Amino acid sequence: MRLTINGKSHEVDVDPTTPLLWVIREQVGLTGTKYGCGVAQCGACTVHVNGLPVRSCQLPVSAAGGARITTIEGLAPGKTLHKVQKAWIDNDVPQCGYCQSGMIMAVAALLKTNPKPSDADIDSAITNICRCGTFQQVREAIHAAAKAA
Amino acid sequence: MTAMPKFTRRTFLISSAAVGGGLALGLRLPPFGPAVVRAADGSPEITVWVAIRPDNTTLIRAVRAEMGQGTITGLAQLIAEELDCDWSKVEIEYPTPGQSVARKRAWGEFSTGGSRGVRQSNEYVRKGGAAARMMLVQAAANEWKVPASECTAANSVITHKPSGRKTTYGKVAEAAARLEQPKDVPLKDPKTWKIAGKPLKRLDTAGKVNGTMMYGIDVKLPGMLNAAVKDCPVFGGKVKSFDAARVSGMRGVKKVVQVGDSGVAVIADTWWNAKTALEQLPIVWDEGENAKVSSASIAEILKAGLDAEQAFVGNQAGGDVKAALAAAAKRIEAVYAFPFQNHACMEPMNATVRWTPDKCELWGPTQNGEGAFAQVLEASGLTADKVDVHNVMLGGGFGRRGTYPDDYVGQAVLIAKQMPGTPVKMIWSREEDMAHGKYHPVMQCKLVGGLDANGNLTGLHMRLSGQSILASVRPEVVQAQKGRDPLSFQGVFESGEHSFSYTVPNLLIDHAMRNTHVPPGFWRGVNVNQNALFIECFMDELAEAAGQDALEFRRKLMAKHPRNLGVLNAVAERIGWSKPASSGVYRGLAHLHCFDSFVAAACEISVRDGNKVKVHRIVAATDPGYAVNPAQIERQVAGSFVYGLSALFMQECTVKDGRIEQTNFHQYNSMRIAQMPKVETILMPAGGTVWGGIGEPTICVAAPAVLNAFYRATGKRIRSVPLKNHGVELV
Repeated sequence: MRLTINGKSHEVDVDPTTPLLWVIREQVGLTGTKYGCGVAQCGACTVHVNGLPVRSCQLPVSAAGGARITTIEGLAPGKTLHKVQKAWIDNDVPQCGYCQSGMIMAVAALLKTNPKPSDADIDSAITNICRCGTFQQVREAIHAAAKAA
Repeated sequence: MTAMPKFTRRTFLISSAAVGGGLALGLRLPPFGPAVVRAADGSPEITVWVAIRPDNTTLIRAVRAEMGQGTITGLAQLIAEELDCDWSKVEIEYPTPGQSVARKRAWGEFSTGGSRGVRQSNEYVRKGGAAARMMLVQAAANEWKVPASECTAANSVITHKPSGRKTTYGKVAEAAARLEQPKDVPLKDPKTWKIAGKPLKRLDTAGKVNGTMMYGIDVKLPGMLNAAVKDCPVFGGKVKSFDAARVSGMRGVKKVVQVGDSGVAVIADTWWNAKTALEQLPIVWDEGENAKVSSASIAEILKAGLDAEQAFVGNQAGGDVKAALAAAAKRIEAVYAFPFQNHACMEPMNATVRWTPDKCELWGPTQNGEGAFAQVLEASGLTADKVDVHNVMLGGGFGRRGTYPDDYVGQAVLIAKQMPGTPVKMIWSREEDMAHGKYHPVMQCKLVGGLDANGNLTGLHMRLSGQSILASVRPEVVQAQKGRDPLSFQGVFESGEHSFSYTVPNLLIDHAMRNTHVPPGFWRGVNVNQNALFIECFMDELAEAAGQDALEFRRKLMAKHPRNLGVLNAVAERIGWSKPASSGVYRGLAHLHCFDSFVAAACEISVRDGNKVKVHRIVAATDPGYAVNPAQIERQVAGSFVYGLSALFMQECTVKDGRIEQTNFHQYNSMRIAQMPKVETILMPAGGTVWGGIGEPTICVAAPAVLNAFYRATGKRIRSVPLKNHGVELV
């Protein structure tokens, strides 16, 4: 089947029930999207499907055919940075960093629909697990990204 | 001034190839001269900690593991400070354990645990930086034929003051690398630090925001296959049989192999195919006697230990506890309990191994490169010169990726050995990770305190009953202590880096060791998690029984513990302890001395419907002696509370039929951003000769502070973890 990831078309030969996460990581070879739990609890595998944040470990690849898929590698074009990535660097957010691809993708999707989220908006929209506990910096960086043009 | 180290996939592959091709650290290559040791890219090594590229980039060597705690940035700051190099042109290079072994452990200890990264290597890495600076300056002075004393160095530039001539580190590095390393290497006074001690940004952020950072789970090697593994769910059980034929025709499956005597792995083209087949594979286990064990049976054994005759003494600072408690005007008694907990690193355990009869290499996340090296050595059946371990970024560690018997490193080798020449990446599913952790030890504690008629604490007996980590992981330490595990007394020990921070006239703290078949491990903070909770909640109970303020009651016992008193006073003042809290808001506090740091926390919470706890604010003070990077310390403190409060409210691994019941985050939850309190860090390094740790100490003070506040809010004294078992949730 064909998948459109970060604007590029990929032909993949997989069982249609394979989760999108593993097709992205193992067939397409983009490893920025992480496996954390496999049951849509932690959010480390968050990607955008047609602009919406999706936990790709629970989405069968068959459901993503024809969709516009964006991973952390394609969040910003070329070597540029998305304003969320920039805010993450400015606020020195990541610790181990493993969950941050998913966190950044979830935040980028939030800011698209809600450009100036309140703390309560952040609380209800961002439910990713971070075991290092970067939440204080995550919150500051979200507000910083929201202020950035 | 953000340095962008090349931790990218490309560099990783190139340097791996370079190492494989013989351009390794430690090899003396004729084209560059006889005495110069080279970095992976050929740059001359000045000291083992510093190599300089011709373009004036500084390659700082790191052997401690980076798992998010920021130790690599902190150590690089210390080296760069003494080196006087250009911080914006610093990159990190990781020597391998094999290279270290070949050079008589030139880089010292790799093991990264116990919050030891900075505090135990600061002196020798600083000397490595300072010696390199002296050699670079000497090389420039030699070239100019002037005394080195007339030259100064700053920002990777050397200046001859009288003549104004300048050169760069990059230009004199080849000559400097040929000089003998000075023996007398004075270090700077920390008060003059310009790079160390500053809130600089981490060196490793760039790759963590764009998906390029290479974690173990991302390793890719040519021709690599993937393995999913299942070990007997009952610890200590074995494989009886498995029916490989049932899955060998499944998509992508290459081979089904037994792993040691307790595991089975499916090797396939992709991990997803391997995992899918493994789930279909019929396996018959010999579960053994341990299959009868449950949480309840373990709790019974621990309960008996609370009153056992025999126990190992950890602290008996004079006096006669029995007599004091018998003579007390008031006697207070309480029993607390702390459960097994899984580390639940975001990145599940994994390792990639390529085995041939001539070489065995492992790429994987480990907190102890040398420990992993030893395990690869053993499992591979090869000699030390044919083995190596390549570290990658760790997706969390928290103690889980230290060196334990029967763990993922050995498994990965045993799997790859059955596919000679083919690299195999073994990844644990989250379910396997939950089932085969190295768990926070289970512990119960009985505390008995005696007060005189004036409410003074005259006697205290703290009896621990439960599991020893060292008896399982470092039995030689326990043997040397005649059966005692000194680490079980962390935070309440008689002396040392984890010493008790109260003076009680009649004191006994002892441990009835009750080990279980569940393998224990070092879990961020290790034994301070439960010990701080036990002693600091009980201090509140004693204060209440004495009719005294919790802070005042503690202060009276702390005259001989000025640095603990310092951090406790600091949080009390910042939280406004002496003034009433806002309506509906309740406070609690706690403190401890551990990992050579002095830490305290005070919190403000409110409780809705009697069980929904909102932690509004935690003020945390830490005195680690020296603060190498205040910004990263703040992040470690705030992060430690996420780990510690997740454990307090949500986390328990229960045992049924000999195995762990929880399989994933839906049963073993972790805090989300909505539950995050505002954390205010007070950093008050008092200097002195001892450097304290950062990654772990503060984790233990959040839970007792919150429990003490919960009691004030509700009148309910909860004495066992997690609070979800009491219907109490964090909101």
